[in-house]
Amino acid sequence: MNSVVCISHVPDTESRIKIAGTKIDEAGLKFIVSPYDEFALEEAIRLKEKSGGDVTVVTFGPERAQQGLREALARGATKALHVKGESSDADSLGIAKVLAAAIRSVPHEVVFLGKQGVGTDNGLVGPMLAELLGYPQVNVVTHLEIADGKLTAHREIEGAEEVLETTTPAVVTAQKGLNEPRYSSLKGIMAAKKIAIDVKTVADLGLDEQDIYQQRVVVVTLELPPEKTGGRKIDGADAGAAAREILKYIKDEVKAL
Amino acid sequence: MPGVLVITESKDGKLKKVSREALTIGNQLAASAVSDMGGLVSSEAAAGEAGRYGAKKVYVADLGPYDTETYTAAVVKVIREMQPAVVLFTGTSNGRDLAPRVAARLGVGVASDVDRLEWVDGKLRARRPVYAGRAFATVEVTGMPAIATTRPNAFPLEDVGGGAPEVVNVVADAADRRVKLVETKVPEAGELTIAEADIIVSGGRGLKEAANFSYIRDLAHAIGGAVGASRATVDAGWIDHHHQVGQTGRVVSPNLYIAAGVSGAIQHLAGMSSSKHIVAINKDPEAPIFRVADLGIVGDLFQILPALTEEVKKAKAH
Repeated sequence: MNSVVCISHVPDTESRIKIAGTKIDEAGLKFIVSPYDEFALEEAIRLKEKSGGDVTVVTFGPERAQQGLREALARGATKALHVKGESSDADSLGIAKVLAAAIRSVPHEVVFLGKQGVGTDNGLVGPMLAELLGYPQVNVVTHLEIADGKLTAHREIEGAEEVLETTTPAVVTAQKGLNEPRYSSLKGIMAAKKIAIDVKTVADLGLDEQDIYQQRVVVVTLELPPEKTGGRKIDGADAGAAAREILKYIKDEVKAL
Repeated sequence: MPGVLVITESKDGKLKKVSREALTIGNQLAASAVSDMGGLVSSEAAAGEAGRYGAKKVYVADLGPYDTETYTAAVVKVIREMQPAVVLFTGTSNGRDLAPRVAARLGVGVASDVDRLEWVDGKLRARRPVYAGRAFATVEVTGMPAIATTRPNAFPLEDVGGGAPEVVNVVADAADRRVKLVETKVPEAGELTIAEADIIVSGGRGLKEAANFSYIRDLAHAIGGAVGASRATVDAGWIDHHHQVGQTGRVVSPNLYIAAGVSGAIQHLAGMSSSKHIVAINKDPEAPIFRVADLGIVGDLFQILPALTEEVKKAKAH
């Protein structure tokens, strides 16, 4: 059963962010495969281990995005496709159009993505891709079974879980809890070096660059969260007094209770 | 005439709180754009409610349980009818599943999970978290319509006492559903989720062991809030990941956030620092959580939480 996994390459989630104009300052930043994409990749690799086929990992991004593809290959993806370009200059629909064009020529039954890329955190590319490909979509999935063209997924919604069924081909976006992603082994890393990454440009895919990079959502300002001021700290040695102080705060300032 | 269309969600025939928040901001946007607000609802009863929140024209479509493609087709139909300049969806699971599908069909973009919206110089401006909440981007959504999904709890509610709206019935396409809903499982029936809660009480490693989440639950139940947890406690298996605050990229904006035994790692702070009021209890005076707390208490949570739970119960009894 062949699958495609679309990944994005994002700043390590534990690192501090510095701003340069309307983008982040990438100097010195470590980049990783976006955390939710790891669950997507792991699921695809498990399906391959169970039923055979290829796992093609695809990314649209600058040169450094190849590190993400190498990591995916080291974990068990069998093919990699890099569409080279400044994806940060495109909006989600532009990115989805690129991925749709790239995927069309790759044999697949399922297209996996993380539920959102922890860069822009839009959570839009998966559903937009499904629309462009004309596939059914199941998002925020915590459990998946696929057999003979039938797909059963658990979708996480507020305070509940839906059990959904559909047929392949389909787009599935992964949520934390879908599986436990493996680490790449040294053996995997060495084997991955032998796999050639297929590199294409937006123009190679027959797409109009102007349309892809047309920013339908334009960043006007990028700011760090405002520093909190006016906070006060008190000694809670007397628990009863501290509790009364908190209650007073809740009544007077929060205006709850 | 360009206007603002709000796609609403209902539960038991009533508009969900998140939808009333969206209608409120939608109404304000419509006023700035000198235009009217329309709504899409699932019943006649909800239509009246939408009218009270300012909608002048309400489309009623009873589409049954949520299904991406059925709802996409209906929403696109209404958008083509009304030709709004702005379409707001709620940033709920269904809203975030639906909005991008509609946007891709129409060839436009989406500003998702926004906590500020304004109509400036004929364009929609929105503020949204990026890089797992470590920064905030103010974006302009160009294109027609400009679409945004609103974060629950980020916008206040205002019943403006609007009159009965014009009601238009929408007939849904009878196309087969490609995705079938087999079952809905409710794992913790009756428990508030952190995504929609007004009040969140969170526990961290300072709780020392899984069983001590009882201190958090007791306060949460007393105060009517949801139970939250730090990533460390979820990774340690003390509590289910549904409760994790600072789950990568999930930003919560409750009115009140109480953190006990939470040190305040970058990811956690990024996830909750846009809460309106933050109270932190930790025995370490240098804990990073105190940097964002409006009220910080340096003390023993095992003494303070039960005392606070008692105070809350007393206050509620009056």
